[in-house]
Amino acid sequence: MEPIYLDNNATTRCDPAVVEAMLPFFTEHFGNASSIHAFGSEVGKALKKARGQIQALLGAEHDSEIIFTSCGTESDSTAILSALKAQPDRNTVITTNVEHPAILTLCEWLEKEGYIVHKLKVDKKGRIDIDEYKSLLNDRVAIVSVMWANNETGTIFPVEEMAELASAKGIMFHTDAVQAVGKIPIDLKNTRIDMLSLSGHKLHAPKGIGVLYLRRGCRFRPLLRGGHQERGRRAGTENSASIVGLGVACELAMQHMEEENTTVKRLRDKLEKGLLSQITHCFPTGDVSNRLPNTCNIAFEYIEGEGILMLLNKVGIAGSSGSACTSGSLEPSHVMRAMGIPYTAAHGTIRFSLSRYNTEAEIDRVIAEVPPIVAQLRKLSPYWSDKGPVANPEAAFAPTYA
Amino acid sequence: MWEYSDKVREHFFNPRNSGPLEEANGIGDVGSIQCGDALRLMLKVDPETEIIQDAHFQTFGCGSAIASSSALTEIIKGMTLDQALEVSNQNIADYLDGLPPEKMHCSVMGREALQAAIANYRGEEWSDDHEEGALICKCFAIDAVMIEDVVKANNLNTVEEVTFYTKAGGGCAACHEGIEEILAKVMAERAGPGEVSPPPACPATPEAPKPPAKKLSIVEKIAKIQEVLESVRPMLQRDHGDVELADVQGKKIYVHLKGACSGCMMEAATLGGIQQKMIETLGELVQVLPSSHMPVDA
Repeated sequence: MEPIYLDNNATTRCDPAVVEAMLPFFTEHFGNASSIHAFGSEVGKALKKARGQIQALLGAEHDSEIIFTSCGTESDSTAILSALKAQPDRNTVITTNVEHPAILTLCEWLEKEGYIVHKLKVDKKGRIDIDEYKSLLNDRVAIVSVMWANNETGTIFPVEEMAELASAKGIMFHTDAVQAVGKIPIDLKNTRIDMLSLSGHKLHAPKGIGVLYLRRGCRFRPLLRGGHQERGRRAGTENSASIVGLGVACELAMQHMEEENTTVKRLRDKLEKGLLSQITHCFPTGDVSNRLPNTCNIAFEYIEGEGILMLLNKVGIAGSSGSACTSGSLEPSHVMRAMGIPYTAAHGTIRFSLSRYNTEAEIDRVIAEVPPIVAQLRKLSPYWSDKGPVANPEAAFAPTYA
Repeated sequence: MWEYSDKVREHFFNPRNSGPLEEANGIGDVGSIQCGDALRLMLKVDPETEIIQDAHFQTFGCGSAIASSSALTEIIKGMTLDQALEVSNQNIADYLDGLPPEKMHCSVMGREALQAAIANYRGEEWSDDHEEGALICKCFAIDAVMIEDVVKANNLNTVEEVTFYTKAGGGCAACHEGIEEILAKVMAERAGPGEVSPPPACPATPEAPKPPAKKLSIVEKIAKIQEVLESVRPMLQRDHGDVELADVQGKKIYVHLKGACSGCMMEAATLGGIQQKMIETLGELVQVLPSSHMPVDA
């Protein structure tokens, strides 16, 4: 039985064309792009081409606005720390409370360092309140950093509108677009977004390569200082093979953008409808009318996510869970808690994230496999009886201590 | 995914004794939906012999919570209640060929459920023990008595270990100090009178903040600014550039970049580096700007 991979928001498989493009850069074209000789200049030309391919996918005005980094996390950190260092008279960061840990953990550290961080709250569908956002924009704010799309629910944020509002107040705007790039159209030159982070392994390029888009004219302070690579904005020898791979992946993403929003979306919808129609007491989380075409995050009430994943894994299906027990933290997903998802459901969320490699037959099999797994775990749960969920679970199951 | 032993996986995939036990005469409920782990242990005890004739469980939780519950029921069937009370969480973990350290709290939940079920059978108020202790971890509702019991029973030494075994401290971390106090108390008892016990290995609270730096007079501030500039000048001069102080206006320090530094592609990086040094030396946020940015009337 062929395994089914539905965890593409965690990472994607490399496209074979990406791997093929990369291979000569380990063997034949191994030069250092900074070197003046032919070995180096050959690689330098390849990096330039990749920069153009990435520029095209992002709709950036200049290819010099593309800075290669090692990953999305590095891009995020560079963006926020640069904005704070470049504007020492401003000490405030605005973000949301559903960001990726790459942003939230950095912000916690910044708070300890004396900076002020405002985290916008979300409603039960994971949407922010634009009026609350507007009320926070002032001349103490160094940067706004809001993800383009949420990694757990796929909910898309109105970053273009938010960037306009920030720009009108002279505030820099960064977006962690790691989940959005390659899945939905992006045209940066027609926005007021100053910085954007992307990560190669989320769009069928290898791990270990990321990009920070930096609008020309923005004040900038590098995170890594040393050599003159990336015009002095990110020191360190370029990861040339991965950069070439990322360039090809971006070109492929443009070609497949329509497929993402038709075929992949149709499969996602089929999966979701198939599960919701067969399983009671489960629901999709986030803003289902405005989300990434490949993502659905379903909360299965009264059971815990890790158990679901283990049983799915046994039948060759890979998903992921916001359950605490899978993450090593002890609390359920901060995104579910921020949306006010009740505990009876927050512990049992499973994210299915598709890609263009998934097939109709795979989705049919997932629809067949999940319902008995949910039933099996509910049979073990003290919150579930033969007749369905116990009434008032917390009172019915009254622990001696809680 | 965690690296579970084959036995954990086997008990998760094929749990023994799951589901309600109609003839139960001792029931122990522990955990809560908030914490993400909840266990109902049901015992059928022979009143004549006090032997556990049957044991069933219902568990809301992860793979190791279900496996620990299944193992517990297998361990205690056939035991007298007094024998069952001797079963420790480590016995449960050992039965499963071990649990990941982060999952030891699942075995502790099993032990707690067993104590609760036996107390329930005997008509005792098992919860009294816990109510005596102050609530330490508000995120997971864990009190001092439970932490102390688990620290003693499992010979724990660090806050991290306490979190692995009880979940306490795994949320907001505000209770780490309280956990450290309990650890220190138990470790002192272990060491015995007159002996010095080692401090807890894991510092729970961040270092005390440094006192605010003394405010510098303008003369002192300029002297320090010059100090920083002097320290970077040799480096710039090596590249045929230079820097000089132009003016200081509040938190803005204006400098003349000279020679190769003037108009250099790396100008922003140079200024950023100087600014970082300035901030570190002066102990306040300042901005280093090229003299071309000085206000016209200055």
